[in-house]
Amino acid sequence: MAAEQYSVQAELGEASPKPAESIAPRPSASSWRTATISDAVIRIEGLHKLYETSAGLFPALKDVSLNIAAGEFVAIMGPSGSGKSTFMNLLGCLDKPSAGRYVLDGRDVEKLGKDELALLRNRTIGFVFQGFNLLPRMSLLENVALPLIYCGITSDERQQRAQALLSKVGLDGYAASMPNKISGGQQQRVAIARALINRPRLLLADEPTGNLDSQTSKEIMALFEGLNSEGITIVLVTHEPDIAQYAKRQVRFFDGRVVSDQITHQEAAV
Amino acid sequence: MMFAMLGEAWRAMGANRLRTMLTMLGMVIGVGAVVLMMSIGQGAQYAIKQTIAAMGSNLFVLLSGSTSTGGVRSGGGGNLTLTVSDADAIAELPGVQVAAPIHPGNAQIVYGPNNWNTSIIGTTPDYLEARSWPVISGSAFTDSDVRSATRVALIGRTAAENLFGNEDPVGKTFRIRQSPFTVLGTLAAKGQGMDGRDQDDTIIIPLTTAQRQVFGSQFQGSVRMIMVQTTTQEAMPAVEKSMTELLRQRHRIREGMDNDFFLRNLTAAADSAEESTRVMSLLLGAIASVSLLVGGIGIMNIMLVSVTERTREIGIRMAIGARERDILLQFLLEAIIISVAGCFIGLLLGIGGALTVNALTGTMVIISGSSAVVAFGVAATVGIFFGFYPAHKAAQLDPIEALRYQ
Repeated sequence: MAAEQYSVQAELGEASPKPAESIAPRPSASSWRTATISDAVIRIEGLHKLYETSAGLFPALKDVSLNIAAGEFVAIMGPSGSGKSTFMNLLGCLDKPSAGRYVLDGRDVEKLGKDELALLRNRTIGFVFQGFNLLPRMSLLENVALPLIYCGITSDERQQRAQALLSKVGLDGYAASMPNKISGGQQQRVAIARALINRPRLLLADEPTGNLDSQTSKEIMALFEGLNSEGITIVLVTHEPDIAQYAKRQVRFFDGRVVSDQITHQEAAV
Repeated sequence: MMFAMLGEAWRAMGANRLRTMLTMLGMVIGVGAVVLMMSIGQGAQYAIKQTIAAMGSNLFVLLSGSTSTGGVRSGGGGNLTLTVSDADAIAELPGVQVAAPIHPGNAQIVYGPNNWNTSIIGTTPDYLEARSWPVISGSAFTDSDVRSATRVALIGRTAAENLFGNEDPVGKTFRIRQSPFTVLGTLAAKGQGMDGRDQDDTIIIPLTTAQRQVFGSQFQGSVRMIMVQTTTQEAMPAVEKSMTELLRQRHRIREGMDNDFFLRNLTAAADSAEESTRVMSLLLGAIASVSLLVGGIGIMNIMLVSVTERTREIGIRMAIGARERDILLQFLLEAIIISVAGCFIGLLLGIGGALTVNALTGTMVIISGSSAVVAFGVAATVGIFFGFYPAHKAAQLDPIEALRYQ
């Protein structure tokens, strides 16, 4: 049921498939698993994800293996239905794989309980969504500070940290504004500040520029580049090649499998 | 953490003020109704209890029986079959507190220019104990007054007012018919009896004085009534049985013959009145509780709507690290705040309503702390009970589904 809904939605989102992706380069042995470094933030082996639909089991991911090291900036690419969003949900501990192993920051996700997964999402992972997903009734400062409520930090410290991050994303004077009073680009900056509030090791961004114009997209991507240079690992889902250009490594999905994995900027391999 | 949660609950409630207030109204009406009904019910119970206490509790009255002479039957008390020694014998029975023989009548009383017709009760000091009727000034007469038939009297408030006006009656001498009597003491006011008669329009004198000097009975040892008080309410059925047996034996009534006396249980009527008020106030409380229940269901209904409306928000919160119990607590807090705030307002309105009823109709109301505590406890329980299901539903949402919800 869920998968059906999902695939319909994905098809609607992308009316004309991009020709560039149909001629995706085949995976080469040399580029496969380039990031097998001991300091891996993400280690994935033989990951499968099946969805139950009315027509039977639908495999969204088939035997995906991928390692991502600390400090990497990875773009996940692929057409609709290729499994990249499913992959992101698994990376973000919002969903559990049907088979395979996922080790995040040294912890085997399969063995963690619901509360421990929530803790990972709170401390280790920062989320940035396509639709920004700010809470409409809260000021920008409160939105940024929200994750801290769930880890018992005092009100004063919450405000200080949220204020500092708003400054960092260039929204210094907007603390008391409401989300519906600012532009899309500004909302995404607030969302990024919220994702960063608990100093995560990993930032997951699902089509972060999908709702933004090209100029604003560039600004947001510049922000991501800056964060990456500070050492935060970033995994970004996009289907726009010019957005993917900002990443140092591009992983392509097709039909639930990884079909290519290329390092685009050599200096990225730390 | 808790403060932040409270702030969020406040914000969520403030975002839809009208809806929050309407939801709260269910609780307000429920609690208000319970408090109002309970205070009126308790007031009614208290009033009945007072009437019973004024009459005296656990009382029997024995009346001399009727006789039949040549087919003409006298009424009750037509033949003075009861005697003072019957009273003494009854007083010895187990479970009997006191037994007071009574010779009642009416007579004209005179003091200076004033005169007044009032009821005269000739009896023993035990009568005052049985009726729990204290002497508030002066003193009561004693058994020795009864033995020597002295002309002393205790005077009820109404009789005293009519005879003595503003003067203090104690120590004054007045006349009953032609005999002079000295007022020994005044009786506490008792107000209306169960039958509406003024119980204070009376004079109590020693039994022997009444029989010999006021009413002139033919048979000195016989009395028209005996008032019997048992030690406890539980003892009443046993005493009723043993008393009947004793009197039949003393009066030599053969098996199969009717009693030559009547036995009345004075408390039974009052008890049944109290019982019916108690049932009535329970019933009122039960009906009011139904509205409390309806209010609780209203809360559940709105919370379910709220959870559905905020599905996406729940998804976002889960994605940024809210645990199930954080989500649960958030929605539960909202339900509890609504019900407790509604309860508080309802409490105030209920008390105000009870006071208004009291002011407008004079009905006695009792606002007890316990009913307030009960209403508050019930409201908090209702909030938790009816808030839990929606909150649990929210906490169990799948984060991905919730995030995709439009």
